[in-house]
Amino acid sequence: MGKKKTPEINSSSTADIAFLLLCYFLMTTTMGDQSGLQRRLPPIPDKDQKVENQKANRRNIVIVRINSADKLFAGSEPMDISLLKEKMKEFLSNPADDPNLPEKEPKEIEGKTYMVSKGIISLQNDRGTSYQAYIAVQNELVKAVNELRDEFSMREFGRKFAFLTEEQQDIVKKAVPQNISEAEPKDTGKK
Amino acid sequence: MSKFGGSNNKKNVPGISSGSLSDIVFMLLFFFMVTTQLRETENKVIVKLPEASESAKLERKDLSANINIGTPVRHLQSMYGTDARIQLNDSFKTIADIRDFIAAERDAMSEAERSLMTVNLRVDEDVRMGIVSDVKQELRRCSALKIMYASRKPGGE
Repeated sequence: MGKKKTPEINSSSTADIAFLLLCYFLMTTTMGDQSGLQRRLPPIPDKDQKVENQKANRRNIVIVRINSADKLFAGSEPMDISLLKEKMKEFLSNPADDPNLPEKEPKEIEGKTYMVSKGIISLQNDRGTSYQAYIAVQNELVKAVNELRDEFSMREFGRKFAFLTEEQQDIVKKAVPQNISEAEPKDTGKK
Repeated sequence: MSKFGGSNNKKNVPGISSGSLSDIVFMLLFFFMVTTQLRETENKVIVKLPEASESAKLERKDLSANINIGTPVRHLQSMYGTDARIQLNDSFKTIADIRDFIAAERDAMSEAERSLMTVNLRVDEDVRMGIVSDVKQELRRCSALKIMYASRKPGGE
């Protein structure tokens, strides 16, 4: 008789309490989506060594330029952004050993010798260039390097870059370097 | 005798137990607590990140310093105008303040991790490159060379 009448704690309101907590956390927090294009800025050159830095061979440098009207120039000719990736891949890989494209240098990485391109992409922009266009070009350049790394990984390890082990990825990163330099800003284009 | 709502067996209709409801909500709560982080600063500039398909995740979120650049939010436009401004922590700053900001961020980190600090540039897509170049030059002068252009994957938020 007595057993049946033991009063139970009414638990239906715990759900409400939990909902309140949930709402609080939903309002005060943000989903952490921090992704982007990672870069290393060149250090400020010392006054004495300034000359040496610019001695890189002419054939090893391509200048990609975005002017203040967001028009793209690769080398010296105007170019559409959709063609930039292929052009840069050709520049960095130099498949036909064209004397006008960057030279390659044998380099020993982890016991094997690879031909590493010495090509450098120099990215220049005006003060009036829009950030959107700048990032779009940066993205194409990164995509070109990433595709070259994928091709290299397929040749060497039979797998795409993302599926390699960390040591293998390091080898690929050294064999296909991401040489994108962001030049000193030019003071042209008003805004 | 019928299963549904006979007038004589009203007492035996089982109520839906709501005891597990709180468990479900708590699970949701824990999910959100784990996947989100507290918002530290209030956004004073509008930042709509540009799209980039090759964007990669930042590995050490705790080692990043945020610099926001964009036009001020609507209710601040009467005071600050619509020109792009730099926001560090909670207030509008100028290029000259970046040095102190970087130094303060460095001080907050342990000595071993200082070299791993990434400066996360959150820039609105409509901003002109002039101000971004100025910020980059200043960062080079402070030798905070690891930077990231924050962007979002196309299609996603």
